[in-house]
This record gives sequence, structure tokens and C-alpha cells, in this order.
Amino acid sequence: MLEIKNLEAAIGDKAILRGIDLVVPKGEVHAIMGPNGSGKSTLSYVLSGRPGYDVTGGTATFDGHDLLSMEPEERAALGVFLAFQYPVELPGVGNANFLRTALNAQKRARGEAEIDAPGFLKLARAEMKRLSMPDDMLKRNVNVGFSGGEKKRNEVLQMAILKPKLAILDETDSGLDIDALKIVADGVNSQRGPDFSAVVITHYQRLLDYIVPDRVHVLSAGRIIRSGGPELALELEANGYAAIVAEAA
Amino acid sequence: MAADVETIDTVNALAEGGYKWGFSTDIEMDLAPKGLNEDIIRLISSRKNEPEWLLEWRLKSYAAWLTMEEPDWAMVNHPPIDYQDLHYYAAPKKKPGPKSLDEVDPELLKMYEKLGIPLKERAILAGVELPEGEAPQVAVDAVFDSVSVATTFRSTLAKSGVIFCPISEAVQDHPELVRKYLGSVVPAGDNYFAALNSAVFTDGSFVFIPKGVRCPMELSTYFRINARNTGQFERTLIIVEDGGHVSYLEGCTAPQRDENQLHAAVVELVAMDDATIKYSTVQNWYPGDVNGVGGIYNFVTKRGACRGARSKISWTQVETGSAITWKYPSCILQGDDSVGEFYSVAVTTNHQQADTGTKMIHIGRNTRSTIVAKGISAGKSNNTYRGLVRVLPKAEGARNFTQCDSLLIGNQCGAHTVPYIESRNATAKLEHEATTSKISDDQLFYCRSRGLSQEDAVGMIVNGFCRDVLKELPMEFAVEAQKLLAVSLEGSVG
Repeated sequence: MLEIKNLEAAIGDKAILRGIDLVVPKGEVHAIMGPNGSGKSTLSYVLSGRPGYDVTGGTATFDGHDLLSMEPEERAALGVFLAFQYPVELPGVGNANFLRTALNAQKRARGEAEIDAPGFLKLARAEMKRLSMPDDMLKRNVNVGFSGGEKKRNEVLQMAILKPKLAILDETDSGLDIDALKIVADGVNSQRGPDFSAVVITHYQRLLDYIVPDRVHVLSAGRIIRSGGPELALELEANGYAAIVAEAA
Repeated sequence: MAADVETIDTVNALAEGGYKWGFSTDIEMDLAPKGLNEDIIRLISSRKNEPEWLLEWRLKSYAAWLTMEEPDWAMVNHPPIDYQDLHYYAAPKKKPGPKSLDEVDPELLKMYEKLGIPLKERAILAGVELPEGEAPQVAVDAVFDSVSVATTFRSTLAKSGVIFCPISEAVQDHPELVRKYLGSVVPAGDNYFAALNSAVFTDGSFVFIPKGVRCPMELSTYFRINARNTGQFERTLIIVEDGGHVSYLEGCTAPQRDENQLHAAVVELVAMDDATIKYSTVQNWYPGDVNGVGGIYNFVTKRGACRGARSKISWTQVETGSAITWKYPSCILQGDDSVGEFYSVAVTTNHQQADTGTKMIHIGRNTRSTIVAKGISAGKSNNTYRGLVRVLPKAEGARNFTQCDSLLIGNQCGAHTVPYIESRNATAKLEHEATTSKISDDQLFYCRSRGLSQEDAVGMIVNGFCRDVLKELPMEFAVEAQKLLAVSLEGSVG
């Protein structure tokens, strides 16, 4: 379970998150929506430990572990996964090598047995088949020369292989055509189960047609100003953010 | 047990600041007095029981050296070297050949162990014969300070006509070959350090591959500087006749010492018609400590002559060591359709300085060369690529492709690229690509968010950056080189 209490964060002198309270119980998928600059991406970076963000108050725990005191790789080993809005290119680093090294680093940190190369290939090929991704995705360098859609699909493939307990998807739907959107959604839906929770950050209701959330939260100026069921997303789509922001003010 | 030893080594390596080859070995040495003069050269020559012509060649080189000045065009700085304050000859004291491992100087065996030479080869290096058929795939020559200690698999190689032995022995057993080729690629007066080497060289490897023979195994030399205040001046000569093929590897380490040690080697390669020479180096001389104290001055002249048509010489180097590196492995593409290649990774950290690159001299028609140089700078180091591509008037249809990439880690290091291109033939096609980049915070965070530690992330990004070069190394060396890159850069980020 992810528990965020009164979380405040800043970049330099600029306060971005101004007291966020959010509980995502085990097995649930929550959507976070909000206008540009409301702090959505900052929330995802603070939770995954990106350097450059100062946490100025509050707490965030996952399954009782204090996330904010952990290194990014420790959070990963705990089961926290961030699907990047802009996945990063690693020239010369093969996708398969990258993923197996990451998976084994996590396994090592958890005291589990590592997976050998043939075992990994079997696992990766099975996941790729399920996500209808071409085999050469593994052979290519991490995100190098990938189209926008391929990069996002690669994020979903990584999630499928690393099998996190908490996935944070930072605008994974941006720049995707409808087919790619479905593949990404299938990837998330196939992970759903009693041990998987997700925070899906998005601008648009469209993604939530395919990943149906248990709860929807509206983030504005660094605070959650409204929460509700999936119908809240539809209301946002119909009326826009301005109406809700005005109502909350 | 093995794991225990490895753990201890790892802990020691960390305590020593990452250089785990920094041990020295207590072995009784036969040491010439300090200083350089004709008497010392005569002493070296007589210790090696050399023929008169070689002594004369040495003395002529010495005379040439006296008239020369140390080159100062490279982007490196060091206090003046006192050439009279060095020992020019140091050798482990000769004892009658051992019958079994028990009779071998235990310190020497310990050194082999620390160098990571497999047990079987340690025995062979120490002179204990093993039954045939148990042969590993690499024949090893070990050069310890000034002399070659032992060479393995000579009889196996001899069956296919391959000669692989210390050059001092080649002088005795194959004088006609040595006399014909020694100095034929790098003349005695070629440059300051080559002249010095020609005057005082003590040992090194000699390889001869006869017509049409593919050398049945990788040949390898471990170079080790051990004694204090000693210069190491090895000389390597590789000759491959028509249609022959050889892959040769060298590895280099040295103890940690506060003073700087001089290493001025010369390597000469000769490839005749359709011959191929692949020369790989993993250079890990002691680089000095974090404050730049100590370390090896690595001033080396390496040159290959593609004398025959369709011959090919390929240099691959991974350079992580030495306080200062001054080294330009080159190819003289004389034969028509001959091919020269240079693949290089040079890593500098702390206060290391590297000025390294290559020269491709196109003389024959349709000669082709490829240069892929990757420089990685961290700490307060300076890393310079210096390369020359020269196309002479008769080199119709010459082709060169050069790619120089620099990777910066941190904000106190420097990367410099100094390419010289001279074309005197209008049909030549020359390409030069260069990039400079930094390991970005985004890349590091991306890797860490997937579970990699900061150091593993740097290692992975750096290895990715070097992939085009590492894939040219023979398999066993590639794995070693990857680990070496990661170890060299430990602690250089954040």
C-alpha cells in the first residue's frame, strides 16, 4: 500500500507539491489528472527518487517502508517502477543486457537467485509475445532510434519483466496512437492483481477508457483538490479543469 | 575458498583506491648500476650474449639519442626525466631450471597468481612441463622487468612452424630474421623514445608466422614492471609471411610506487601479402594515486607495416592505466589493397594524462583504414586524441573513415581531439566524425530507477559508449576489459 501524507516538495526555492495526501491500497489503480504545471510529474519523480527535488515536508511510505529515505535503486528493488514520460536513450547498451542486469540487480538486493541468460530470454520473449512486440526490440540499444510509441512500449515491456508492486506511469499515453495506447493499456491491465497497484498520471480521459481506475484524483497547484470514482474523469473531460479548480477555490 | 580469495582481493583493491595490481614482489634481482652510458649498453649486450652487429646497432641508436630532444608537442606535462637516475637492466637472478612447482621461487608464483594467470599456465611459465592435450587456448610469454621469464606452448606452436619466444632468444636462435626486420618499421632514430629503446631494450616477444600458417592459438604477453627505479624497455617484433594470420594480446601491470617509472617500448609489425595481424592491448600500468603521485610514464612507439598486397593490420587497445600515455599505434599501408584498423578506448581519471591516437599512412592503391577512438575523461584528467591520416600521391582510391568520440564525466576534466588530415591524391575519400558528450543525470537516474546502483549505471553507460571497440577484442579480453573499465571509473561520479 502506498501512503502519502502532507507531502511537500520544491525545486530550489519554488514549491511544487504543497501538501499531498493520497492512499493507494494494494490491488488498486488510481489515476491522477490535472492541468499542466500542477505537479503531476514532480510527484512521480519524488516517489521514485530523482535527484534535484527537495522534499520539504510530509511522508511517503510503501508497504511500511519510508520511500523518501531510500536511494532510487533501493526503491526499485522494493518494487517501485516509474514509466518515464520521456524514456532515456542509452547508446551502445543492448536492451536485453540492460533489462537482465536491472532484473538481477533487483533480485540480488532482495536476496533472490539471479536469472541466467537463457532463462531471461525465455521470460522476455514470452512477455514480448503477450504485448505483441517484435523480437528485435531486445537486440536494439535501449531506446536509441525508437519512435515515440516504441519508447513507451519499451517502458511497458520493462514493467512486464521487472514485475513491480507499484507502477507509476507518467503520461505514458502522450504521443501514442490508438493502437499503441491499447498495447500500453493491455500491459498495465495484465499486471493487475491483488499484489499490484498503480498510479496512472494522465492529461486525458482517453487512457482511462482502457485502464479503468478504481479512483481518480485531480491535482491542482500541488494539492489534490478532488477525488472520486471513474466518473470523475468523464466529468473532467466534459467540463475541463477550470470548472473544478474554480469550484475548489 | 576461491570466493574468499576473491573477496580479499576486492577488499584490498578498494583499500588501495581501485588498483588491485599494485603489489610488488620480493625477488632477488640482478640490477645494473643506475645511469646510461656506453658501458651500460655494453653490459646489457654482454649479459644477453649478443652478436657484435646488435651491439653496434645499440651504440648507434644511443649516439642518435644523444643528439635528440624529448618531444614536447603532446598535450602532457611532467617534470623533466632524469635519465641517469634509472636502472636500465633488472632481471630476476638466474637459477637452474625448476623440476616442479615446489622448486620455483614462491614469490614469482604468487605474482602469477595475483596477475590472474591460470594455475596450469603458472606452472608452465615457471618451467614445469605439462602433458600435451591439456593445452589451454592461449600461449603466454611473461616479461618481468627486463627479461622474459618464460614462454608457454613453444613446442606445440613449433609443430605448425610458428616461432614465439623472447626476442633475446630469437637473437640467438634466429639471428637472420631479427637482423632483417629489427628497426625496419621503427628505425633506431625514429623518435626520442624509440632511439632510447633501441639502445637499451632488454627483452620482449618475438613472433614469426611462416607462409600460409594460421597461428593455432592466441599469443599473449604479460608485461610487469616490478623493480624500483627501473625503466622497462621492451621490444616486440612480429613478422607474418604471405597468407599467415596471428592474433596477439598484451597485458600490462605494475606495482604502486610513489615515484614515476618509465616505460618506453617499441613494437614493430610486418605483414606480407595477404597476411593478417590482430594486435590487442589491455594496458593497465599503475596510473598514480588520486593526487597524481607516482604512476608509469608510458611512452611507446607501435607501428605496423602492411608491406604486402591485401595485408591487414588491426590495432585494438583499451588503455586505463599509466600516469601519462604517449602512444600512436600506426599502420603504413604500402601494399595495394592493404587495410589498417585502429580501435581504441582510452580512460583517464584523477590526474592521468593521455595523448594517444594513430597514424594511417596510405601509400599503395586502394588502401583502406578505419579509426574508431573513444576517449573517456573523469576527475581532473586530460584525454587527447591525436591522429594523422596521410594519403600519398600514388594511393589511388584510398579510403579512410575516422570516428572520435569523447565522453566527459564530471566538470573538471578535459577532452581534446587533434586530427591531422593530409591528402595528396584527388581520388581519396576521407571521412571524419567526432562527438563529445557527458553522462547525463537523466541516463543515470533512468538506470537507477530500474535497480542499478550508481556505479553499475556508469559502468553500463561507459561500456555502451565503448562497444564498437570492445567487440573487436578477443572474447576473454573483452570481458576483462569491461570489468576494468568499471573498476577504473569507480567513484568518479557523484
